[in-house]
Amino acid sequence: MARGIGLEAPLSKMANSNAHGEESPYFAGWKAYNENPYDPKENPTGVIQMGLAENQVSFDLLENYLEEHPEAYNWGSGPSSFRENALFQDYHGLQTFRKAMASFMEKIRSGRAKFDPDRIVLTAGATATNELLTFILADPGDALLVPTPYYPGFDRDLRWRTGVSIIPIPCHSSNSFQLTLQSLETAFANAEALNLKVKALLITNPSNPLGISSPRSLLEDILNFINTKKIHLISDEIYSGSVFSSNDFVSVAEIVEDRIHINSKQVHIVYSLSKDLGLPGFRVGALYSYNDKVVKTARRMSSFSRVSSQTQKMLSFMLSDEEFTLKYIKTNRKRLKERHSRIVDELRNSGIDCLKGNAGLFCWVNLGEFLEQKSTEGELKLWKVIVDEVKLNISPGSSCHCSEAGWFRVCFANMSQETLEVALRRLREFAEKIRATKKIS
Amino acid sequence: MGFKESEEQLLSKVATNGGHGENSSYFDGWKAHDRDPYHPTQNPEGVIQMGLAENLLGHDLIEEWIRKNPAASICTEEGISQFRAVANFQDYHGLPFFRQGVAKLMEKVRGGRVKFDPDRIVMSGGATGAQETLAFCLADPGDAFLIPVPYYPAFDRDFCWRTRARLLPIHCHSSNNFNITSSALEAAYLNAQKSNITVKGVLITNPSNPLGTTMDERTIRSLLSFANDKRIHLICDEIFSGTVFKPPHFISLSEIVESDPECHRDLVHVVYSLSKDLGLPGFRVGVIYSYNDEVVACARKMSSFGLVSSQTQHMLECMLADEEFTSNYLVENSRRLMERHGMFTDGLRRVGIRCLEGNGGLFCWMDLRSLLKKETLEGELELWRVIVNEVKLNVSPGSSFHCAEPGWFRVCFANMDDATTERALKRIRLFVNGETEEVEEKKKK
Repeated sequence: MARGIGLEAPLSKMANSNAHGEESPYFAGWKAYNENPYDPKENPTGVIQMGLAENQVSFDLLENYLEEHPEAYNWGSGPSSFRENALFQDYHGLQTFRKAMASFMEKIRSGRAKFDPDRIVLTAGATATNELLTFILADPGDALLVPTPYYPGFDRDLRWRTGVSIIPIPCHSSNSFQLTLQSLETAFANAEALNLKVKALLITNPSNPLGISSPRSLLEDILNFINTKKIHLISDEIYSGSVFSSNDFVSVAEIVEDRIHINSKQVHIVYSLSKDLGLPGFRVGALYSYNDKVVKTARRMSSFSRVSSQTQKMLSFMLSDEEFTLKYIKTNRKRLKERHSRIVDELRNSGIDCLKGNAGLFCWVNLGEFLEQKSTEGELKLWKVIVDEVKLNISPGSSCHCSEAGWFRVCFANMSQETLEVALRRLREFAEKIRATKKIS
Repeated sequence: MGFKESEEQLLSKVATNGGHGENSSYFDGWKAHDRDPYHPTQNPEGVIQMGLAENLLGHDLIEEWIRKNPAASICTEEGISQFRAVANFQDYHGLPFFRQGVAKLMEKVRGGRVKFDPDRIVMSGGATGAQETLAFCLADPGDAFLIPVPYYPAFDRDFCWRTRARLLPIHCHSSNNFNITSSALEAAYLNAQKSNITVKGVLITNPSNPLGTTMDERTIRSLLSFANDKRIHLICDEIFSGTVFKPPHFISLSEIVESDPECHRDLVHVVYSLSKDLGLPGFRVGVIYSYNDEVVACARKMSSFGLVSSQTQHMLECMLADEEFTSNYLVENSRRLMERHGMFTDGLRRVGIRCLEGNGGLFCWMDLRSLLKKETLEGELELWRVIVNEVKLNVSPGSSFHCAEPGWFRVCFANMDDATTERALKRIRLFVNGETEEVEEKKKK
């Protein structure tokens, strides 16, 4: 390719920055996996991917549904329904699909909250939703408060193209990494002192990477806090369907409607079908906002990242089937809970502690005892050993901005039961080896 | 609830600055149509939508292909074995055969005169997402791209809204069929410099929306040369490349680039989409094809914000791999567009309405200057309101495309069947003759 020296036109500052975050070990581990992926037959000594929060435990339920319901494929009846669907580019999205999404979200919350389909804005994945919402709520230079540890992708989604910054609110193992009103107040006060304009608080409930849901009392405190400080609350609830016991999950939606003194116009919920339905490829994200202006603006902005009408149509069939969705939600929860219990038990037998989790596709595991130094460097050194020698791609807590070294996120739902057993065996052997080495030395 | 003013203060500038562009007259006509949409039996007096550049002419061909190829769907008995692998696939490189299929389609559209490397194909949320992504990659806030007028109204949103980049006009005139001249290009660049605005590139659309014409080789070469001289980027939006229906044949920027070993390819980027050529706007398939490795890498990372549904990628990779189908489709699509264009422009010519001589696109650039009461913007909008509200046709006024000369209108012809086209022509005929359908009906009685 012809390349005139010194004659290229520059790219934007954004293109030259590394705020896309791909240099992070979170992504580096994926590369290690991609270069040497485990396969039970073809490559039994390869790297097992435990750094990807995917839900592969319930595909059979979806496949069975589709096999039994060919109308989900046929674009509906009528000669021009393909044409109608292929032409459908209205940014409101298919009404049947929005209704189905609203209904699905209600079922996940066991009917404890109602969702108005006209407040649902569809976007191509929660990645797009979080970015879009940030564009709407904050100007470049403004800040979002985000409790740590948090999903590494937020660095890209919330900051890269928006020019908005993240102010972390450190949470600690001493109280199970729970966000407290105190730490919220402190972080906000610190931001003010630095002349940073905080526009919103973003929480993930249930949390990635912690795998725990927020208690009702905390959510109430948060709602009072944002009301007083006149900032927005973004509640990323993409793992809401993975709470092992439905009664454990409290959504902000349940509280907002009860509290008349709360300005609900500051509350926004992010959802997606990537985790609960295990369909990350289909790019189905949603914003649910109680703020009319945000809904209107988000809808317009969704022009940059809409959901394929083909996908909307197929999923609206599936998710409108009440019997199917109830069964799916229940079975999916049960299977995730079983996986979770298995991994927690095995880790305990290996003398390894996890944070007591009640949700999610991962465990928050404490490997602190294996660190040579209790620091980020020590943690990354251990991580390299686990990827390169134990051949497990797990995610170091530092990539999630955890303030304490030694914690790792370990995914368990993106593989078969057999592969999970292999992974657990490798971890156990690793733990035994290190302890034996320490005893000798 | 009385929070209105303070609510707005809680939102960003981007949220409140009107950069979404929906206050334009381009969208007003759509609203008029949506309130009173034409239907041959249920609402024959309604507004006929001629403001939407959609291609309905080839859907039956695609529908037939889908029916014959159930394995292309991951929901059918034949295709379900692919379901979980596809549903789980979120790699921003996209399905490899999807990229290959798109590259092949782009080659076919250009008569095999140029090759496209599938590894340079980056997905985006439609061409809308592609334009925005390129703006983010190439321009800092406040930077500008030069763009020939008239241009597609939504570029203001796509290129400028969230990116804070700017579009500055290259003035084109009816006196030379709105062709881009070197002097107009230079003048636009100089004007920007005088205002201390950094020009980062030029954005062209070929075939042009709204003109419906293709660019000649000389113009493309001079644009490429200009970009090289000034060290600025050249983006060519070629989303209508497969809708060229008569000579001169389509010459793509890629052909010119490939034929010129001296040119700096790092400056060249093409936008494509399946929304117009294949008539699939709902599927949100946008493509960035860049000759610049860094732009490919950056755009690919940004594509996380607007990937194509893997279900859709899978269906399309099967369809686009069927080379016999795609070749036949493109030929038949062009033929049908040519017929429809001919039917429409003949009908206009019979009532003395001239269009710019077009050879591509899904619309005509209609010259209604003789019908203006005043040759001003107000005169144009007054005529437009009459056409929408009395003649009951939603056409798009040239001013919404930033055209400096009042009296030009874009009218779409590929988003309806023959009967509706006839109906629209009849209404135009009556209007030109000073009548309306109502009056005509009364006369008949």
